[in-house]
Amino acid sequence: MKSRHFLALAGAVCAVSLAMPAFAGPTFDAIKARGQVVCGVNTGVAGFSAPDSRGEWKGIDVDICRATAAALFSDAKKVKYVGLTAAQRFTALQSGEVDVLARNTTGTLTRDTALGLNFVGVNYYDGQGFLVAKKLNVKNAKDLNGATICVQQGTTTELNLADYFRANNISFKPVVIEKVEEAVSTFFSGRCDAFTSDASQLAATRSTAASNPDDYVILPEIISKEPLGPMVRHGDDQWFDLVKWSLMAMLEAEEYGITSQNVDQMAKSDNPNIKRILGVSDDMGKALGVDAKWAYNIVKQVGNYGESFDRNVGAGSPLKLERGLNALWTKGGLMYGWPIR
Amino acid sequence: MAASPAKTGAQATAAPIPRPPRGVFWNDPQVRGIFYQVVALALVGTLVWWLASNTIDNLSSRHIATGFGFLGREAGFSIGEQTIAYSPADSYFRALLVGVLNTLLVAVIGIVMATVIGTVIGIARLSKNWLIAKLASVYVEVVRNIPLLLQLFFWYTIITEMLPAPRDSLNPLPGWFLSNRGLKFPIPAHEFAYDLAMVCFALGLVLAIAISHWARKRRDATGRHFPGATVSAALIVGLPVAAWLACGAPLTFNAPLLKGFNFVGGGSLTPEFMALLLGLVIYTAGFIAEIVRSGIQAVDKGQTEASLALGLTKGQTLRLIVMPQALRVIVPPMTSQYLNITKNSTLAVAIGYPDIVSVANTTLNQTGQAIEGVAIIMAVFLTISLAIAAFMNWYNSHIALVER
Repeated sequence: MKSRHFLALAGAVCAVSLAMPAFAGPTFDAIKARGQVVCGVNTGVAGFSAPDSRGEWKGIDVDICRATAAALFSDAKKVKYVGLTAAQRFTALQSGEVDVLARNTTGTLTRDTALGLNFVGVNYYDGQGFLVAKKLNVKNAKDLNGATICVQQGTTTELNLADYFRANNISFKPVVIEKVEEAVSTFFSGRCDAFTSDASQLAATRSTAASNPDDYVILPEIISKEPLGPMVRHGDDQWFDLVKWSLMAMLEAEEYGITSQNVDQMAKSDNPNIKRILGVSDDMGKALGVDAKWAYNIVKQVGNYGESFDRNVGAGSPLKLERGLNALWTKGGLMYGWPIR
Repeated sequence: MAASPAKTGAQATAAPIPRPPRGVFWNDPQVRGIFYQVVALALVGTLVWWLASNTIDNLSSRHIATGFGFLGREAGFSIGEQTIAYSPADSYFRALLVGVLNTLLVAVIGIVMATVIGTVIGIARLSKNWLIAKLASVYVEVVRNIPLLLQLFFWYTIITEMLPAPRDSLNPLPGWFLSNRGLKFPIPAHEFAYDLAMVCFALGLVLAIAISHWARKRRDATGRHFPGATVSAALIVGLPVAAWLACGAPLTFNAPLLKGFNFVGGGSLTPEFMALLLGLVIYTAGFIAEIVRSGIQAVDKGQTEASLALGLTKGQTLRLIVMPQALRVIVPPMTSQYLNITKNSTLAVAIGYPDIVSVANTTLNQTGQAIEGVAIIMAVFLTISLAIAAFMNWYNSHIALVER
């Protein structure tokens, strides 16, 4: 009797294992059911993503997470942040630990294909540079022959660095460290002659981590193209669309002058584009599977792209970065929102 | 030993019991035993199959690349220190090999140093000198009870923050420079005399081993003593020195020279390597000291007394009576410590030493093939650990009590 029960149980277990679906359900539905967007962010780069003194995450990448939550749940606070190192980030996104990766990540062909991920759009155009101590008297990157250079592990930076020195036929010694905070403190201890990373991150490091920012300079050379932006994994186009258009809505809002301050007046505007963006005349949210007021909620709660830039990395922040390539196309930059219609 | 009489007793009583009358087959304990094993095997097999097929399905549904084809592709990143030639133009395979060799380097040197330091401190804990014994116990208690990662950060910070920049290096010996870029020291320039000396050193080592074997055999057979240790030492030191003198005793060194940002030439130990080695050795020596102490104390006091009564000196007693018996207690837990050193070396990634985990992390990040990368790390550590365990098991059986 006992063994017959056992046999039946074993059979049942086998049947269940065989019948289990071999893939996870679509991300979009899972997020909706969960009531929260899980967003992978940097463990701490001022201006991009870092917790402030009250423990709230702030930054231009964090605003992407908040915008998607505002579009999906009409509440920008419905985000859970997961701090990831460069080496952890893709595995976390591939395995479903996070829904979207907004962690100053460069889009490359390999990442967009072989890693099983999709690059959604660009929220910051960056390039790799070098930070050095002023007293070394280094004027440009080619003077760094024989230098020891601190670099964070698992980044395109690591590859660009090797490429640049190979191309210029000069040598260097890398010190590769997993966490950006450790890499930065190792550089400031004097272990390395230079620290290399994206220029925006260098500016953040110089202004927030150096004991005296004036002792350090960022070299003029930008040795790479780094289009940074959010990524999602393959397999759910609806979720991809929502993240992409949340970013577009922020860009479009800036172009049409809609800000978090004037969004309510703008909703009464006669401009058909503005009416469409804010969901007054036409329901664009239906196609995305969200509320008609999705873009209104983004602008109201997070702000447009320009506001996010100024608050986190631009004139209104300690970093004081120029808009440069990140200005709207109408102002000589590369930021170009697609039409919401 | 204590278990064996009970065991034979149980066997003796079990034998005469007659087999119960045969009923239906599922009441036969043997049939049941086989059945349960088959079921357990099937369950484990199903689980493994389910996990594997799930993984493969998930990977292909998300179009994630799989397989080990990436090993042949160009790595494109550089590695801070290497024991074999490597450039970013080499393949991922060679990059990983550099990582494995770096891990082995720190593990092997770490094991040797931790054993020496641990043994000295373990014996010091038993010293009759109050101060030495107390200092040794303080050492053990302090290093054993602070997490290794913290100790690594501590040593790394000491080296990088406290030491001066290369241009104001400390210069403890002529040609030796200590700075926050590490220790730079002169190495013998490549010359025939040095090569010959190295060959003679190896030759001396082989001869010494052969002589000690022969001496032991002769002693077992005839009881006559041969001063093997003295002769061996003379061979190992004397042969290379003689070869060097015969070549005219050249003294050319390749000394480090400050040039640009850093020293050029000579040998060097990086801060990452020094911090990792220091941290591993000091931490593990604390555990080894306790193992050595407990091993020595496990030898019955009567053994020492008997040995002294037979007229052996204190040194001979320790060397010939106490240590051989203590080793049998010491070796098995020592194996665990050797494995721990090897496995703990993976903490290198925190302070930037390019061990296998660090290189594999970079690799899996650039190729996106996390499963393959982690599988490689696991295979490497399994191989190294099993090799250490196999060697220690061999050594353990070698020194086991010979029963005559």
